[in-house]
Amino acid sequence: MKRSNEPIFWSLFGAGGMLAALIGPALVFITGVAVPFGLFFPPDTMSYAHMLAFSQHWLGKVFVLAVIALFLWHAAHRIAILLHDFGMHAVALVKFCCYGLAFLGTVIAGYTLLSLGS
Amino acid sequence: MSIQRPYVRSMDGWWKRNAYFTRYMAREVTALFVAAYAVVLLVGVIRLSQGEAAFNGWLQALKTPLSLVFHLLVLATFVYHSWSWFNIMPITMPMMFIGGKRVQPGTITRTGLAATVVACLAVFFIVRGISS
Amino acid sequence: MADIKTLIEIEVLRYRPEQDKEPVVQTYKVPFTDDMSVLQGLQYIKDYLDGTVSFRWSCRMAICGSCGMMVDGKPKLACKTFLRDYYPGNLRVEALAHFPVERDLMVTVKDYVKRLEGIKPYLIPKETRTIEEGEYLQTPQQRDRFMQFSACINCMLCYAACPQYGMNSKFIGSGHMAILNRYNADSRDGGRDERMESVNEEDGVWGCTAIGYCSVVCPKQVDPAHAINMYKAKSTIDYLTGLVTPGGADE
Repeated sequence: MKRSNEPIFWSLFGAGGMLAALIGPALVFITGVAVPFGLFFPPDTMSYAHMLAFSQHWLGKVFVLAVIALFLWHAAHRIAILLHDFGMHAVALVKFCCYGLAFLGTVIAGYTLLSLGS
Repeated sequence: MSIQRPYVRSMDGWWKRNAYFTRYMAREVTALFVAAYAVVLLVGVIRLSQGEAAFNGWLQALKTPLSLVFHLLVLATFVYHSWSWFNIMPITMPMMFIGGKRVQPGTITRTGLAATVVACLAVFFIVRGISS
Repeated sequence: MADIKTLIEIEVLRYRPEQDKEPVVQTYKVPFTDDMSVLQGLQYIKDYLDGTVSFRWSCRMAICGSCGMMVDGKPKLACKTFLRDYYPGNLRVEALAHFPVERDLMVTVKDYVKRLEGIKPYLIPKETRTIEEGEYLQTPQQRDRFMQFSACINCMLCYAACPQYGMNSKFIGSGHMAILNRYNADSRDGGRDERMESVNEEDGVWGCTAIGYCSVVCPKQVDPAHAINMYKAKSTIDYLTGLVTPGGADE
């Protein structure tokens, strides 16, 4: 039987999962709870000016792209497996849709970040 | 035995048959929330590229009660993700020996969870440092 | 067996292809003492209550791997599971999950055996040695790398525990991977490359989703979950090297 291409997707899944495990809770807390409700941080931490400056710096671009893309690839792999576990056995179609969406999200994120310039 | 007619039993609802399997499903379901959060960030990046008014709209949406409930739920699942991730991680690693003794799975898990605490605190204080 | 007053109800999922369209539960009241195993309960049924009940067993001491079955929905060796843990009340005994039922508590094992042969479960010597050169020497640490995996008794409980195998009977499963690793990890063995093909397939290690229940049910602490998941990284490295070396990624 043919060699599987799973190693690619499993590696992306692993990278995304590791990133989410290590800093995910902090990111969610900061962007979704603390800053919007004025806890621990200055209220303008995520202002347009600040976020634009952050995303225009190459490090900011890399960080934001890494978080969005890797989280999407991690989720795509697990969701594809989840759908299989729930009984959807059209594996090729499920994988195409899941990985396809992750790819789309990655491309959109990358393109948008680049379009912000530096 | 003259008649052979092997009977194949159904796998429908297999994950409900055992608490262990249900916990596995819970672990896998965290992926939906990871995806949801990534999409929220993606929308933010798109709004950022559309100018200040658009981005402020996204910021305002983050201040709604619905967003708070959503993010608290997402936060809970991310914490569960971190916990379950480092609990399963040891089985994916090769056998390791330090000083002739086998490194125990529990050690790897505890190291990972400790790294999570350190990393999250680091992010917290780095953001604090940059924003002030 | 005079003077025993305590009875336990054992529900057996019967299946006789010549008369049953599908499996049917039959209940037996078995007198028991607190040292009796489920296997002894079944033997009592066969000896005194219903001689038609069919089940496999041999050593009755958890080393032959014959008596695997589902006890109250969990994969167990009947000889190592005790009626006292289900008393008072009843227990349900069924054939091992995820395998076709051949008759009563017996499942079809031929696919398992065939796939086992496919992973080359024997030492393929790294170097040829003559008798005069003497035996292979191995340090205790070299032995520790494969020892636990050699404890596998082919009882198939890990397959009964694996929903991925239940949904796809072509999946290699953690049991075979543990045995495969027993040889790959042996310092005397040089057959790793030959065995990688069964590892790298879609139905090889990549059918595993790290549920981990297999290691929970293993009666010999082989930890097959670790064995199969270890090979995901190995298969990935093999995939990457396959991309850059002549011969490519397809075999």
